[in-house]
Amino acid sequence: MNTITTPTIATAVKRGNNWKWIAGIGALVVVALAVLSAMNWGMGSMPADLDFSTTRTSTNGVFRAAIRPAVDPIPINTLHSWTLHVETPDGKPIENAMITLHGDMPQHGHGMPTTPTVTSYLGQGNYTVDGMKFQMAGWWVVDFELKAGGTTDQVRFNLLLK
Amino acid sequence: MKSRFMLIGFALLVLSMIGSIAFSAWPRSPWTQADVAVLRGLWIGSMPPLPPDPSNRYADNAQAAAFGQRLFFDTRLSANGTIACATCHAPQQGFQDGKPLSQGIGTTNRRAMTIVGTAYSPWLFWDGRKDSQWAQALGPLESAVEHGGNRTRYAHLIAGSDRAAYEALFGPLPDTTLLPPSAGPVADPTARAAWDGMRAADRDAITRFYANMGKAIAAYERTIMPGPSRFDTYVQAVLNNDTVAMQTLLTPDEVMGMRLFIGKAHCVNCHNGPLFTNNDFHNTGVPSVPRLPEDTGRAHGAPQVRGDEFNCLSRYSDAQPAQCGELQFMKPEGEQLIRAFKTPSLRNVAERGPFMHAGQFTTLNDVLAHYNRAPAAPAGASELKPLNLSKTEIAQVIAFLKTLSGPLATAPTWLTPPK
Repeated sequence: MNTITTPTIATAVKRGNNWKWIAGIGALVVVALAVLSAMNWGMGSMPADLDFSTTRTSTNGVFRAAIRPAVDPIPINTLHSWTLHVETPDGKPIENAMITLHGDMPQHGHGMPTTPTVTSYLGQGNYTVDGMKFQMAGWWVVDFELKAGGTTDQVRFNLLLK
Repeated sequence: MKSRFMLIGFALLVLSMIGSIAFSAWPRSPWTQADVAVLRGLWIGSMPPLPPDPSNRYADNAQAAAFGQRLFFDTRLSANGTIACATCHAPQQGFQDGKPLSQGIGTTNRRAMTIVGTAYSPWLFWDGRKDSQWAQALGPLESAVEHGGNRTRYAHLIAGSDRAAYEALFGPLPDTTLLPPSAGPVADPTARAAWDGMRAADRDAITRFYANMGKAIAAYERTIMPGPSRFDTYVQAVLNNDTVAMQTLLTPDEVMGMRLFIGKAHCVNCHNGPLFTNNDFHNTGVPSVPRLPEDTGRAHGAPQVRGDEFNCLSRYSDAQPAQCGELQFMKPEGEQLIRAFKTPSLRNVAERGPFMHAGQFTTLNDVLAHYNRAPAAPAGASELKPLNLSKTEIAQVIAFLKTLSGPLATAPTWLTPPK
């Protein structure tokens, strides 16, 4: 590229069209940078400020919940289980909670291929969630509804699966 | 003169900037670490070990596979003596038939899927109405438009000519002497009535025999696996960072198609993993075929597999209930299932048009044009969004898809009728 272009520029310089060429090259640089930016930023349309932490406080602050997938990193296309820990904001385990959940891909208009459920209580506020399965990489949300002691609250976990 | 040198110097500086930008965008390996992770996931070397099939205790029995191979190619297992499993799943055609709708005794409403690599799939058929290879094999054998046979007909046949082979594997055949020549829970009213007239214990014994036929066929089908394609050789070069090999193994168009496949065209969303399928069900707005009955796909298949007499939780399955997680936790209903069809593997896709569940598209170009346009679904909601691919980009994706062709990894002796 250089060997072809440089003499052309030199010729242009001789003709006195210097600033036109400089402007042209400048424009090329701008275009190249724009293309690169698009390449880097064009793929995702996920909110930038998502919280991917695995311990989160429920919407109304009633519970604190933590997820622990049995397989790390979370696999694609593989049935696996999670442990969900539920406690009060000051760290007291929640016993005998009624828990339901579902997962969704907000960018794709579909959820999980399975209907995971809480299958056992392990003690210490820990619950086994069986039937977890994700069929695509990308941004997932898993929403839990937690009921205990006459109170209901929701907690959402964001996942970025690869 | 001095200002000219300065100008040339400035021009060279700018050019080197462009050069370095270009170099950073297309370094010697054109793939980022994230790309390499995606490509590694699609690479055949990432195939996990063959998953066990706890519902079939004969799944890994070589003798059962040999018996299954005989059954797979046996045209006597049909109403008119001309149809075998291999009729619509022809080994020379990648275990499919190249037809929009399959031709058995009659014409089916769907296109034959390949059986290559199906040992990895928790669901069989376009609607996943079966949850194992052995349960799948039993469907066509007693479908009126496929093999057109029935359970006692097959039992009489095996008792007459293959008793020793069967009994060596499965133990004594049920006594068939007093059973009707043609009876089974099938569409044909005469055979159906004969079946209903049999003693429950006989129906159960014959059904267990029938399930064993399926288990032998499945033991054979488990051996049918895809082999490496040009794509896999290329990914191997990527993983070795062998940039010289990378440049010779695929053309720039094929590489660009690969980039589109894992990027802008979003193909990899569903066509992921080393078999290029997530084995799940998706509504991609594929048009319906006017002369065929309404087809709701997984919305119909999900309740069918739950109630299937041969599913993982059935009395004919060898699995413990805890080993049937896929069935127990499957999504049984919902908008997402309407006209959702199984994601097919893309290995050897260029060798096996027409495409989609009823062969709606003749060429890969038709398929790509559909995904590019993303039309509304005839029912349910399509998951597609328009891709804005140019004609050149479509051609590049197709060029890439052709790199997924390769020979089977199965020994040739399995690909022809046994002696």
